[in-house]
Amino acid sequence: MSETLIVVGNGMAATRFVDELTQRAPSRYSVVVIGDEPRLSYNRVLLSSLLADEIDESAIELKGQDWWSARGATTLTGQAVTSIDREGGRLTLANGARLSYSKLVLATGSAPIRLPKPGMNLPGVLTFRDLADVEAMRAMMAPGARAAVIGGGLLGIEAAYGLAKAGVKVTLIHLMDQLMERQLDARAGALLKRAIEAKGVDVVLGADAAAVVGEERARAVALSDGRLIDADFVVCAVGIRPRAQLAKDAGLAVNRGIVVDDGLASSDPDIFALGECAEHRGNVYGLVEPAYEQAKILAHRLAGDLAASYLGSTLATNLKVSGVNVFSAGQFIENESNDCLMLEDEGAGIYKKLVLREGRLAGAVLFGDAADGLWYLDLIRSGADVSHMRDLLAFGPALALAQAA
Amino acid sequence: MNVHAPAPGVRTTCPYCGVGCGVVATPDGLGGAAIAGDASHPANAGRLCSKGSALGETLGLETRLLHPMIEGKRASWAAALDHVADGFKRVIDRHGPDAVAFYLSGQLLTEDYYVANKLMKGFIGSANVDTNSRLCMASSVAGHRLAFGSDTVPGCYEDLDEADLLVLVGSNAAWCHPVLYQRMVRAREKRGARIVSIDVRGTATTQTADLALTIRPGMDGVLFCGLLVHLADSQGVDRAFVGAHTENFDAALSQARLIAPDIATAAGKCGVDTGAIAEFFDLWLRIERVVTLYSQGVNQSWQGVDKVAAIVNCHLASGRIGQIGAGPFSLTGQPNAMGGREVGGLANQLAAHMGFSPGDINRVGRFWGAPRMARTEGLKAVPMFEAIARGDIKALWVIGTNPAVSLPRADDARAALSRLDLLVVSDNVRSTDTIEAGAHVLLPAAAWGEKDGTVTNSERRISRQRAFLPLAGEAKPDWWAASEVAKRMGFGEAFDYSGPADIFREHAALSGFENDGARSFDIGALAELSDAAYDALAPLQWPAPLGAPHGRARLFGDGRFFTPFRRARFAAIEEPALAVAPTVEFPFLLNTGRVRDQWHTMTRTGLSPRLAGHAPDPFVEVNPADARRLDLVDGGFARVATAYGSAVLRVAVTEAQVPGRIFAPIHWSDATAGPARIGALVHGFTDSVSGQPDSKAVPARLASVSYAAHGFILARNTLRLPGDSAWAWSAIEGGYAARIATNESYAALVEALGENLRPAEQARYNDPRRGTFRAAWIVAGRLETILFLGPEGEIPPWSGLSESWGLERLDAAARRFLLAGRSASANFDASPTICACFGVKSRAILMAIADGANSSDAIGARLKAGTNCGSCLPEVKRMIAMAATPVEV
Repeated sequence: MSETLIVVGNGMAATRFVDELTQRAPSRYSVVVIGDEPRLSYNRVLLSSLLADEIDESAIELKGQDWWSARGATTLTGQAVTSIDREGGRLTLANGARLSYSKLVLATGSAPIRLPKPGMNLPGVLTFRDLADVEAMRAMMAPGARAAVIGGGLLGIEAAYGLAKAGVKVTLIHLMDQLMERQLDARAGALLKRAIEAKGVDVVLGADAAAVVGEERARAVALSDGRLIDADFVVCAVGIRPRAQLAKDAGLAVNRGIVVDDGLASSDPDIFALGECAEHRGNVYGLVEPAYEQAKILAHRLAGDLAASYLGSTLATNLKVSGVNVFSAGQFIENESNDCLMLEDEGAGIYKKLVLREGRLAGAVLFGDAADGLWYLDLIRSGADVSHMRDLLAFGPALALAQAA
Repeated sequence: MNVHAPAPGVRTTCPYCGVGCGVVATPDGLGGAAIAGDASHPANAGRLCSKGSALGETLGLETRLLHPMIEGKRASWAAALDHVADGFKRVIDRHGPDAVAFYLSGQLLTEDYYVANKLMKGFIGSANVDTNSRLCMASSVAGHRLAFGSDTVPGCYEDLDEADLLVLVGSNAAWCHPVLYQRMVRAREKRGARIVSIDVRGTATTQTADLALTIRPGMDGVLFCGLLVHLADSQGVDRAFVGAHTENFDAALSQARLIAPDIATAAGKCGVDTGAIAEFFDLWLRIERVVTLYSQGVNQSWQGVDKVAAIVNCHLASGRIGQIGAGPFSLTGQPNAMGGREVGGLANQLAAHMGFSPGDINRVGRFWGAPRMARTEGLKAVPMFEAIARGDIKALWVIGTNPAVSLPRADDARAALSRLDLLVVSDNVRSTDTIEAGAHVLLPAAAWGEKDGTVTNSERRISRQRAFLPLAGEAKPDWWAASEVAKRMGFGEAFDYSGPADIFREHAALSGFENDGARSFDIGALAELSDAAYDALAPLQWPAPLGAPHGRARLFGDGRFFTPFRRARFAAIEEPALAVAPTVEFPFLLNTGRVRDQWHTMTRTGLSPRLAGHAPDPFVEVNPADARRLDLVDGGFARVATAYGSAVLRVAVTEAQVPGRIFAPIHWSDATAGPARIGALVHGFTDSVSGQPDSKAVPARLASVSYAAHGFILARNTLRLPGDSAWAWSAIEGGYAARIATNESYAALVEALGENLRPAEQARYNDPRRGTFRAAWIVAGRLETILFLGPEGEIPPWSGLSESWGLERLDAAARRFLLAGRSASANFDASPTICACFGVKSRAILMAIADGANSSDAIGARLKAGTNCGSCLPEVKRMIAMAATPVEV
């Protein structure tokens, strides 16, 4: 008789974990996957494409029911877990059902943050996290409608882009004076702003959204400087927060996320966490790549390979934002202890900055042409001396490696 | 008006050197022409040199002046001509006729020359007409007149085929008269002729000569005095010829004995080994058929006339003149310096080989019906520009030349130009240093290919230069502009020409007018040519007096000269010396000259990519020992300075230079390079008789110069670069390239380049720590300008960009690698990235699909594409589906 392994959450991390685990230990566990969304797992990364009508809904499904069945996993959709009884090794679902587990994997992901400002809970104020959000937006995005998107990070930009593409008159409101300020330098941020404006989005930087104004539903966003941005609906995309309440209620160690060790175990050795809800060595990752790395490590662990360890991820942002390729990695802000190479082609919409420190690549920002991003990421991760190919570094491996060879 | 397509294969004459090669130009109907040598032309029998062969690349209109301009603004011809005529009249009325001048060019056709000369000397009443031929062959003219009583080249090119000894003095004919030099080389192959080269440096000519004497600058006269003495002492003098047909032999010989009494003295003064001199003298003595060819190394000297005389003395003494395969031979630099001499377009000549004797003035005056004949010689080039600087000359018309570059003390000449009340420039390019010096009126001149008239080459051969292209824009022949100004000044009747044939007939008639054999230049036989016969005129060597229309290959073989007593005159020359000896401050002697593939100030040859490759940058040749001492490195920079000016030139370290001597070519101007105007370095000393400047031995100093940054610029058009930079444009396909070394900031250069550009997209690459800055300006997808700047020796060569430079529209790959200095990379897949997480491109995915990967999982397994975030999976699936769709036929 196999052990029962329950995965709470049916997102991308959970799906990859089940995939990895059932390949390595096909019959060791009886796997149950419980998700609170009313459908099988889907690729959240593609929600932007779906909103922008670049793909249809069927394209976002990660794995079909056949696959789950073939892997011997039981899936429960639309079922929220309300509590964990660690002593008893049991879960309670919202419908009152109780399930016993031998091992528990928390992959609860994260939840969108709504600003703690007046009016944020008015009807017509949406977030951008799941398929339901996309459907809510789709219901309101008639051509000519006005929308205010709060938040100039990746999600906000994607929401603004998708809405604008559908003919909605969009104003993107961002607190900082640069878009995606954590992933991009000022120049790339400025280029991104220009690119988004070219898609028909009004971008307002340095704008502090003080409140959503409206009687029965949202009507406008009031900025702290007194400006009023009229909107038929508002999308709040100011960030995400790990969904760790369930673990916290169960008495597990939780800081920002569920604290895990290098084996992805929480403070309870039978309970694991991975993905956006987990906090490893103080880091909470909001991207899919670390989640997949964690899924792989945890699958190894639970398949019996106790040496498998997760040591953290060097993060790269490598994305297509509103149709523009963007990449960044490492320490990409120049300062006195480093120096930088800059390559820019205005007409082609390309900007590249490489930051070097003591002959090694410390960071990179690529805008418009990110084809060489992973090569730079490898160089950053390896810390290899690149002095010998400095003059060709910005032009990518096709030249730099041919020259060095 | 009917426009007739010119008949294919128009026979014309090359516009470069004095060899005067026949060219067949076949217009392509698109403004260009295919160029071939004219096999039927006696000067070249179908051969052309590199410059002539590239003429087809120089016909573009991009640098042409296409309409008149007054004070920088476009004007009609009528307004411009009124302005010129009024301006000249005003100055003449107020200050007299000598307050105006014309400065002409050996590039003008005889007809242009004739009209300008007639206007000034017969109607304005001044002889202030001089020409750039003053810088080129005035000493030969004076030497000829002194010895022969006329400016007559005795021999012909056939003599080069027939000679057994060919002596080249101060001539790098291998580069400067290549078609003739190859003719000499063939004579050597065919009949074993010996070639001797006498020069102050090593050249392509000295390298191929059988015997090369590298003499001290200015000592040519010593060598030929020594030869005269040797001939006298070795029974080498033709006593009968000397006795019957010459005078002043004894005086010349005794002076020669003072200068070079024996071989040892000659060798000592010349700085040459006695054995070599003895060998040369012996060859000269033994070999009957000897032609001594000389060029600028002889002419451009403050003792140039003496040098010519010393050479001619030897030919007269041995009777080797006007004989088959024997004679002194002046190689002219310009295509029509000879025509200018025939017309009289020099300040010390009146017209048609007549001077300023009362009889000549009277005769020419009657012939022209001229109201106001010039009575005395006018100002020669150098004093003419001094008079301009003093303000004595207030109005100047420059036609077809660039004195702000080419005159000695060119900085002073340029400054003088800027002081004129009226500077009129007729040219076929929009911008020259002379124009930029402050021209008030620009007149667009017909260029080669549009011009129609005659030129005379070094062997007195008159050839037609025929038009094979329509006049560009509003360009007009210079004779027309001069005639129109003459009409506006009230001289209409005398300048009512129907065309070049009309002018030529008048010129020919004047040459024969009351001549009776007294004047060597007589083409009276051509005075009645019909327009059709003029059009069809076959190359012909003057003289061709009435009754002898076929011309004459040689003169003086009969011992009849054009002096009053019909005797040739030996000349007793001055002791040869330098105009100025080197000093502690200026310890080097600067020699100047040409390179193989450029012509004058490069306004035409500079347009040809083919010609640019040979010597793209201005340079100075330095002996290795001097280079070592001064820390000069080959390819680095040196500032060459004289008491008059300075230039920064690339250093070419070469054994061709003797220690203490340096050589720099003359071609570059502020329009094409900076700072490299060699004319600015040349002192203003001239030969006291010929007025020709001494351009071959100027005391100079040299110092190493280094620049903070190095690099190159590619541009569609040339422009002047700012400040403290050394640079030179050379033509490339589709534009110009300049290597640059500079102390200016990158920003300053970008600003200078940017000013010149239409709105363009800019691409940049900066590595400030390395000092690397690169920028490209792109207009509608096409490269407009590129700037690369960086540390010395670490700039990729611009040739890496030539492919991208040629693209009408840059493709993505070309654009991506542009600022790496590469046209593309074979390793680069320019197809779009599909999987951003793993950097998988569409080409790789399509190849995998073609190779049987028919699901997204299969693609993922093979390429990892889609296995991370999965956002590319819809696209991967689409690609698989499309590949599976059968192509409908």
